[in-house]
Amino acid sequence: MSECCCANKTSDLSLLDDVMEKYASVEGSLITILQHAQEIYGYLPIDVIYYVAGRTGNSPAKVMGVATFYTQFRLQPVGKHLIMLCKGTACHVNGANSIEKAICEELKIKDGGTTEDGLFTLKTVACLGCCSLSPVMMIGEETYGSLTPAKAVEILGDIRAKEAAQ
Amino acid sequence: MMKAIVGEGSCGLAAGAGKVYAALEARNTGKYEMGVTGCIGMCFLEPIVDIYEGKELKQRLVRVTEGDAEDIAAAMESGDLSGVERLFIQDEDADFLNQQTRIALRHCGLIDPTSIDAYIEEGGYEAIRKVLTTMTPEEVIEEIKISGLAGRGGAGFPTWFKWNACRQAAGEPKYLICNADEGDPGAFMDRAVIESDPHNLIEGMLVGAYAIGAAEMVVYVRAEYPLAIVRLEKAIAQAREKGFLGENIMGTGFSCDMRIKAGAGAFVCGEETALIASLEGKRGMPRLKPPFPANSGYNLKPSNINNVETYANVAWIMTNGGAAFSAMGTENSKGTKVFALTGKVKRGGLVEIPMGKTLRDVIFGIGGGIREDKEFKAVQMGGPSGGCIPASLLDTVIDYKALAATGAIMGSGGMVVMDSSTCMVEMTRFFLNFTTNESCGKCVPCRLGTKRMHEILTRIVSGEGKEGDIELLEELCLAIKDGALCGLGQTAPNPVLTTIRYFRDEYEEHIKNKKCPAKECTELLQYRIVEDACKGCTACARKCPVQCISGEAKKPHVIDQSKCIKCGNCIATCRFDAIVVE
Repeated sequence: MSECCCANKTSDLSLLDDVMEKYASVEGSLITILQHAQEIYGYLPIDVIYYVAGRTGNSPAKVMGVATFYTQFRLQPVGKHLIMLCKGTACHVNGANSIEKAICEELKIKDGGTTEDGLFTLKTVACLGCCSLSPVMMIGEETYGSLTPAKAVEILGDIRAKEAAQ
Repeated sequence: MMKAIVGEGSCGLAAGAGKVYAALEARNTGKYEMGVTGCIGMCFLEPIVDIYEGKELKQRLVRVTEGDAEDIAAAMESGDLSGVERLFIQDEDADFLNQQTRIALRHCGLIDPTSIDAYIEEGGYEAIRKVLTTMTPEEVIEEIKISGLAGRGGAGFPTWFKWNACRQAAGEPKYLICNADEGDPGAFMDRAVIESDPHNLIEGMLVGAYAIGAAEMVVYVRAEYPLAIVRLEKAIAQAREKGFLGENIMGTGFSCDMRIKAGAGAFVCGEETALIASLEGKRGMPRLKPPFPANSGYNLKPSNINNVETYANVAWIMTNGGAAFSAMGTENSKGTKVFALTGKVKRGGLVEIPMGKTLRDVIFGIGGGIREDKEFKAVQMGGPSGGCIPASLLDTVIDYKALAATGAIMGSGGMVVMDSSTCMVEMTRFFLNFTTNESCGKCVPCRLGTKRMHEILTRIVSGEGKEGDIELLEELCLAIKDGALCGLGQTAPNPVLTTIRYFRDEYEEHIKNKKCPAKECTELLQYRIVEDACKGCTACARKCPVQCISGEAKKPHVIDQSKCIKCGNCIATCRFDAIVVE
């Protein structure tokens, strides 16, 4: 195991103590544990996967299987602002593709990518459920509706400006 | 004193309702009251502020912005609303609600979803009281049978039958599960119910739990609905405190508790056996049925799974009687159905109507027709499992059988309207892209079949379609329908089959003539500068990322078709409408 590059990761596993105490021995809690872990670390570092496996009595393969099955889980860190661009049916019909193009051009990244400065990660998602405001994106907890390519770029610019001011 | 109620569903908040509320609150010097409600369903008018005087709705203000807060505050203080007349809802927009019959959504947008007292005031928790104190579980199931209530998640299976099977099944404990994994892109009915009237869901589930003899209830909610989870958590805590959940409910000896399980994002988890696997903390992969969940479900115990909207009808049925519910609708489909009307329609939002109305009633009557009065082309129903219904079938009645006959399905209620600018082949490719990504990979027909169909469709929209592609798609569709393990795979061919059935000519245009009639498939388009209209301003040439536009200043320019990447920058830049797409 020690030759494996994953072993080099050193996350602070004590952050998971509360979660483990509550769920480690409750059967069927694997997804819940991973959700909490992702909230803590921002993603699922590989050593956390091993740790969760050990504590819950699952094989690392099983935990990895669950982590890769669900779209919510990330195995890589994301930028400071996660852009979730909706590509559901209503957004598709109302031009989500042109929004994606504009964002990709503006940030010079592709779907799933993170900007060099680590500020933005773009992720397209199936449906945010705000169909009547389509096309829609969410950045963090904030939802932006009735987008146009220009409006999307403007929103990104505003966030950038705010970050620069800080 | 007047009271301002701000609609704070997810749509409203996305449109800025939170800021409007904060702005009104900041100006409140005790001369008016404030409150929140859930989603009224008129998403096209958000943010909405209802002004009440006592119990009476004085005026509904629409498309309110923070900037209007000052005027609204002044109007409420003076008791004279004429100062904000510009925000009054128009009669034709108000018609959106007047044409509906609301049962599942009966409290949505009217009561405060964060207050159990608001629900109780509207007669809430009386249905469960009646059930627990005067009815046997068998009588409850009989009443649901009389109502004709069928599963609103899409398949339309009779609810009483499921409940009865679970009641009869041997094994303890039994579980009652709510499927709130609303993964169908284009649908948000379940989210609205949970966000706007969570106690109605709890009460409906309690009735079901009593009927099947369940000791625990679980709501499986998609993680993408954070507000729904927060509101439901709060509602559960309130219900527990009031003794509607937990041990010995209302002193009747019946005990049942409820918890939420947040999903982690997988469309296939809408399938009940996959949902159960996910609840157990595993990969959400479906399995063969039988055994059915009624006999061997969650933790291998008898389990009953229904959709949010199904449960949302139950308390009403118990209060008003099954016959009142079955009095609405058609021979095969009873009661009402909620639709999420979106796409190129003028008035989009949540629509609840009795079964038996036509698609035309919904899209043109309630929805007000197509934006910019363009031509209606098709309506997509049932999402990735459903199909596209063309204009010629607009008078199809909303009924499980009638919709299935078109090749589409009732589905969970997503209704996405498309006009002439939507390419049906590209639309189909979009759905297959979705099902390819969401296929769990367990069975070959779905895992590989959807991928192959997606490849063929991608080829067609990029101008590389071949003679025989349509027939090959049809062959694949039938094989996947027959061979796939679960509902996801079995229904994945529906978008392909319906678009080939109704829009075969569009496929042929793409394949034979390499043209996209809707002008959506960029690789089949040609941008051309109209010589007479071009002023030679050079704006387009400067915007072109590949420098394929050339010409002298003040003289007509030309586009080098061999270099053009069809990005559309030039057309967006031109101020003289001198560039056309063909």
